[in-house]
Amino acid sequence: MNVITNIQKYSIHDGDGIRTTVFYKGCPLRCEWCHNPETQRFQAELQFDREKCTGCRRCQAACPSGAISFDEPGAKAKTDPELCQLCGRCVDRCVNEAREIIGEEKPNKELVRELMKDQIFYEQSGGGVTLSGGEVMAQQDFDKVVDLAKRLCRNGIAVNIDTCGYAPYERFRKILPYTDVFLYDVKVMDPETHKRVIGTDNALILENLANLSRDGARIYLRIPTIPGISGTEENMAAVIDFLNSNGIRPAQINLLPYHDTGKGKYAKLGREYPGGECEVPSDDLMEKFVKQFLDAGFQNVVIGG
Amino acid sequence: MDKSKMTERVQRLREMTTSTPVHIDLERAKIETDFYRENEGKYSIPVMRALVLKEYFSKKTLYLGDDELIVGEKGIDPQASPTFPELCCHTVEDMHIMNDRDIVSYKVKPEDIELQAEEIIPYWQGKSMRDKILERMTPEWKESYEAGMFTEFMEQRGPGHTCGGDRIWTHGYAEYKQEIQEALDNLDFLNDMEALDKAEELKAMMIDCDAVMILGQRYHDLAIEKANAETNPIRRKELLQIAENCAVVPAQKPKTYWQALQAYWFTHLAVTSELNPWDAFSPGRLDQHLYPYYEQDVEDGILEDDFALELLECLWVKFYNQPAPVKVGVTLKESGTYTDFANINTGGIRPDGRDGVNDVSYLILDCMDAMQLVQPNSNVQISQKTPQRFLKRACEISRKGWGQPAFYNTDEIVQELLNAGKTLDDARCGGSSGCVETGCWGKEAYILTGYLNIPKIFQLTLYNGFDNVSGKQLGLKTGYAADYKTYEELYDAFKAQLKYFVDMKVRGNNVIEKLYAEEMPAPFLSIVTDDCIKNGRDYNAGGARYNTRYIQGVGIGTITDCLSAIRYHVFDKKDLTMQELIDAMDDNYEGHEDVFRMVHDRSPKYGNDDDYADGIMQDVFKTYRDTVTGRKTVCGGTYHIDMLPTTCHVYFGEVLNATANGRLAHKPVSEGISPEKSADTNGPTAVIKSCAKMDHCSTGGTLLNQKFTPSVVAGEKGLDNMASLIRAYFAMDGHHIQFNVIDKQTLLDAQAHPEDHKDLIVRVAGYSDYFHNLDKALQDEIIERTEQSL
Repeated sequence: MNVITNIQKYSIHDGDGIRTTVFYKGCPLRCEWCHNPETQRFQAELQFDREKCTGCRRCQAACPSGAISFDEPGAKAKTDPELCQLCGRCVDRCVNEAREIIGEEKPNKELVRELMKDQIFYEQSGGGVTLSGGEVMAQQDFDKVVDLAKRLCRNGIAVNIDTCGYAPYERFRKILPYTDVFLYDVKVMDPETHKRVIGTDNALILENLANLSRDGARIYLRIPTIPGISGTEENMAAVIDFLNSNGIRPAQINLLPYHDTGKGKYAKLGREYPGGECEVPSDDLMEKFVKQFLDAGFQNVVIGG
Repeated sequence: MDKSKMTERVQRLREMTTSTPVHIDLERAKIETDFYRENEGKYSIPVMRALVLKEYFSKKTLYLGDDELIVGEKGIDPQASPTFPELCCHTVEDMHIMNDRDIVSYKVKPEDIELQAEEIIPYWQGKSMRDKILERMTPEWKESYEAGMFTEFMEQRGPGHTCGGDRIWTHGYAEYKQEIQEALDNLDFLNDMEALDKAEELKAMMIDCDAVMILGQRYHDLAIEKANAETNPIRRKELLQIAENCAVVPAQKPKTYWQALQAYWFTHLAVTSELNPWDAFSPGRLDQHLYPYYEQDVEDGILEDDFALELLECLWVKFYNQPAPVKVGVTLKESGTYTDFANINTGGIRPDGRDGVNDVSYLILDCMDAMQLVQPNSNVQISQKTPQRFLKRACEISRKGWGQPAFYNTDEIVQELLNAGKTLDDARCGGSSGCVETGCWGKEAYILTGYLNIPKIFQLTLYNGFDNVSGKQLGLKTGYAADYKTYEELYDAFKAQLKYFVDMKVRGNNVIEKLYAEEMPAPFLSIVTDDCIKNGRDYNAGGARYNTRYIQGVGIGTITDCLSAIRYHVFDKKDLTMQELIDAMDDNYEGHEDVFRMVHDRSPKYGNDDDYADGIMQDVFKTYRDTVTGRKTVCGGTYHIDMLPTTCHVYFGEVLNATANGRLAHKPVSEGISPEKSADTNGPTAVIKSCAKMDHCSTGGTLLNQKFTPSVVAGEKGLDNMASLIRAYFAMDGHHIQFNVIDKQTLLDAQAHPEDHKDLIVRVAGYSDYFHNLDKALQDEIIERTEQSL
């Protein structure tokens, strides 16, 4: 089963034109700087905004599993994840909109109906649908993802795949015929650092990129730029070397400056923010990296998505 | 405002007009009152009206300011607001209120209050149109009017809402006189039983031609006089050119671009001095009317773009110099602004259907961009043929965040006009004036009669026709909320209430239309509106080729969400009883948080591309349209609907208790066809899709506002996306869209009152999100960032 967290309309930074982005839940990587922690786990989960809770206890009365407790009168609700069945009754009963269930399964038929609603905007703007996440390429029922891309493609919708590249190449081969552009993330070139800050090795990611390029995919290369980690002259030089040595010419290179806007989300999920050390790059630094790529002969190098 | 695109002269003129306080000017009222006192009963009504304009233009104080290149003021000087006691004779108390109020105040001199009390009021009291109208209205009309069920446009201002056609650009008033003479000569006094009335009307038009030519002559003389006294040779030369311009126009057809602008301005002054018609007057498609003159002058080597732009900017200052005629009471609430809505259309199509964008169109956009003045109310007309370059240049100005230009769909406007019975040739010469009102320019009297408070009509349906706010039984006794056993029963009761109030409004309109037709003709406006001369009939009496009356529906977003909440919870899911809902509404939802969440946050809402709610909007729209459209008017016109509010949605909300959609008591109702505030949570494309489900082509105009933060529309990509949104909306036959690009203050307010700003989208970093979805620290960061970027 594939769980979807959000369908974002008027998405204007996930490829060309006006798009609708489907966020699939679940990702094999754990980037320290991840700004969408709610899409990391593959299962649905409860999100709780402590600031909004007034301790009215309506949720406690609604909960069939006895998962919700209050330490003292007027305290904020506490939910035991072990007991919680994610039935959503507490969400319905909360008058403060403090509780939300993140993630829902949706049949492709329903998704297509929803995604087709903005067809006229895609056509006017050269946009389409972007399948993102989480990691769309790592979804459990991948055939279902391919089926969705195929249906959209058949309806004349340009599909973009926003991916971290960490999935068997077989999957990329399957979805390639229905994909207009791959928004392909490359983060850190040094395998050791990659393992340290992301949790996995990067060999598969780089190999898939080379294969995709060889197989004729249109690629927008995206580099999340975190000073001192991916945002270093050496790392950018290593990316350039890799592209050159494999003959990869991305149609666009997007340098995505790190931001800490995901911080607040971790608290709502009851987790610690692991990216405490990361810093926001200066405009000058970003411009320096753009120049580095331009000097290396690459075109269409832009800051941001 | 962009100083680099203004000459020093224009900078000085702009500074002068924007820093001068708006003030009341009683010169017109005094001249008119003296004239009436002396001549009452001597002439027919139309002739009397024409003589008043002639007297005013013969005696009024002339203003010719330093720096001016286009001359003529409606009052004694810039920002003067003449009064029209024949329409609305202000009381002394009114004068104090307009002077003292905090917003939209008009400064009144003590001696003016004295003059009003001693000369104006004693003559006009009981004789003004306002007095006559209010005296003739039924008690039900008065109660409903006072309770805010509807407003009445002609209670303080004259019928108008019109726009100049092409003929005022190609005809001098000496030529108009010839035409009028021919019409007089052709009258059949033997067989045409209306010939005597027609003769009086035509004589009045002749006098009005003289009136405007006298004004031109006087400005010619004044410019010569000033030139003779002028020591600066450059200014002296300008004054002599102004004199030469006024020697040609308005009597003769203009010979140059400069004269064409001056000619329009004389016509504008005459239309707006004769009476105080709603929405002043507008040159309509200024670019197309000016282009032949521009082209000729450029070819002759006497005009360069810099000067063509400077002259446009001088015209913009002229528009800004004229505040809207002063309003009081309910009429101020429905239109609380100094803006007088002269709406200039740029782009669009030519009369032969080809793309209308020309070099002057781009100059007008430059002028708009440089001046950033709220008057004139500039817009662009976009057709399928409009070049992308023009659309993007307009978007570039719009995203600066001060609301202009607004965007109108030319192709849809043509369909509206065809649907309302115009020929294709005439339809292509139309556009939008005022806010968004469609008209066939120079050929149609399309007159707005008032706003209708649709959510309040629905509210009465839930309370057996009783209004809790005024404490009066205003509507029909169709039953209480709990009496309706099905949604259909409830909806049928609403239909009956709606018809009852529309009937009441139209019945009042009939009286008013007849009063204006017989007692307050507008012979000058009739000269410039086809076919009044040919028909020998006044603009206000059905003399135009087409005659339309509009009733403007307000609050469709609010009523849709009310019906949707009730249908969804009370009748479909049955998880709420009507009585529980009414109890919560009666308590303004205090202590009823559960009910509030259900109706406010857990019901389908209009504006999200959700067919459940949008289908209800379509039903309400059709019901309203079919209740109004096609009714006949006293002078042979037809009723149609508009969907726009000006500022009336705030007033209509003030007089409305908590509604079934969770809107709290006295909060504004939804504006235009926009969704209820915070109801649209699915982004701009969903709003546009929802709005496009309305059948715009069967209206006379609809209004849609969209909010963005500056960063969402930043860069070339932002511009492209903005243009695409417009193209998509217009491909779906949307009528009008305007963009509100948000500033820091709004973001701060959004932070303090997130409930009111659920639809606010902000660019975060690499992606966009709803502002209310972000935690406080991030909101703070974005607020700071916005400040830096502005």
